[in-house]
Amino acid sequence: MAIEVNKCVGCADCVVACQTENNVPHGYSRDWIVEIARGEYPDLYMHFESQRCNHCDDTPCVRTCPTGASHIIEGGIVKVTHDECIGCGACIEACPYDARYFHPEGYVDKCTFCDHRVADGLDPACVSVCPTTCMHFGDLDDPDSEISKLIRTRENYTLIPEAGTNPQIFYLK
Amino acid sequence: MEEKLLVTAREIHGLYPHVHIWGFPIATYLFLGGLAAGILLFATIYYIKGKEDEMPFTVKIAPLFTFIFIMIGLLLLVYDLHHKLYVWQLFTTFRIESPMSWGAWTLVGVSIFSLLWPLSYIDDIEEYLHERGWKRLDWITKFIRTLEHKCKIFRFIVLFFRKHRKKFAYILLFLSIILGIYTGILLSAFNAHPLWNNSILGPLFLTSGVSTGSAFVMWLSNNKKERTRMSVIDMALIATELFFIIHMIMGMQAGPEAFQQAAHLFLGGEFTVIFWVFFVGFGLVLPFILEAMELKGFHIPPALPAILVLIGGFLFRMIMVYAGQMSEYPL
Repeated sequence: MAIEVNKCVGCADCVVACQTENNVPHGYSRDWIVEIARGEYPDLYMHFESQRCNHCDDTPCVRTCPTGASHIIEGGIVKVTHDECIGCGACIEACPYDARYFHPEGYVDKCTFCDHRVADGLDPACVSVCPTTCMHFGDLDDPDSEISKLIRTRENYTLIPEAGTNPQIFYLK
Repeated sequence: MEEKLLVTAREIHGLYPHVHIWGFPIATYLFLGGLAAGILLFATIYYIKGKEDEMPFTVKIAPLFTFIFIMIGLLLLVYDLHHKLYVWQLFTTFRIESPMSWGAWTLVGVSIFSLLWPLSYIDDIEEYLHERGWKRLDWITKFIRTLEHKCKIFRFIVLFFRKHRKKFAYILLFLSIILGIYTGILLSAFNAHPLWNNSILGPLFLTSGVSTGSAFVMWLSNNKKERTRMSVIDMALIATELFFIIHMIMGMQAGPEAFQQAAHLFLGGEFTVIFWVFFVGFGLVLPFILEAMELKGFHIPPALPAILVLIGGFLFRMIMVYAGQMSEYPL
């Protein structure tokens, strides 16, 4: 996934769309918006980041899961099998992005990149509702995909690369 | 200047302002696991060396307590799970990458052996309980004897264990080292928390666990020679622990920013006093001095340094669990 931070207006449509699409319980959210202000007055700079699970390539959550409930499906999406999750919290501790939480029913829940929609050839709910089209979703393994070209041609950054997780959400400057 | 503000509500329990999902039960379990590992380590080593009569409490009696500690620890672990009914999923797979997975399997082995070990020493345990005047606990030995009489399979298992105790001692020695070291590795596997994410944590937890094990023997043994030997060992362990702690903090201070911030929790941050005064001061240095004074001939009740070491060991785990979760990469 790639997100153009200068296009994002922080409207939180992605957050609401996710909650609706995935029946996220009241008070919980799988994605969230952060406002970042940098610089010294009068040279201030501000942008928004829509954050969620980074579906990392090197996943500490999958590595520390004792039952194998946390796993990576074909295509690179990180998921949790609810019936295999014992709710020990190891993956929540392991995630540097705080992307996971305990569902009120006990198992661990997180962003799935709406894999049920992706399987039907659709974009994840958050991407599809974005009014400024600041989010792009696609196959990073395909060098000719729109998203691969964007990441190749535009300056970008990832979140906490120093944690060594190789995150797969790229923020385009 | 950089300021980050969460725009959408995300006050999910245990996530903000920093991850806090593990607390007292996990810290207590880590303490009990380390303590049990320490006791079993001494019991098996002295048994293998053929010193069961020189170190009667260590070899014959103390393992009875480890079974109790492990059971309490297991109950706390299950209590802390959020999806309790699925706990059996732990035993449908073995994942070498996840310390929690091999910890769970190790616990199964240790639980079985730490039950069979004291069962094979039931006469000595009865004698110890009488010497101590703990007649109220007689029902334990009576219950086991009745079971031995009534249940043939039970009697067969106990006799089989007694016969092959030496072979089992080697297995249990191996398992207890794994148990002691795993409690530290469990935490060090989380790279999201710089304070935990250092390789010295495994050896440090093992040393601390073995130290609490020796303190436990020192406290409850009624054999003076055994107590003296344990106190010498404990002093060496405390010295090693201090070395590891300094090493750990030096390593973090020399590391990237997030690691320096983790070290700052103990060097001026909010855990400074509890760590240096209560854990290092009262839990390591003071018992070390008391044990040294006792060896020099001063009259110091052996329970005093032992209890200080045990409280220190528990505090150390509490501090590491709570402080570790506060140490994060800035998002």
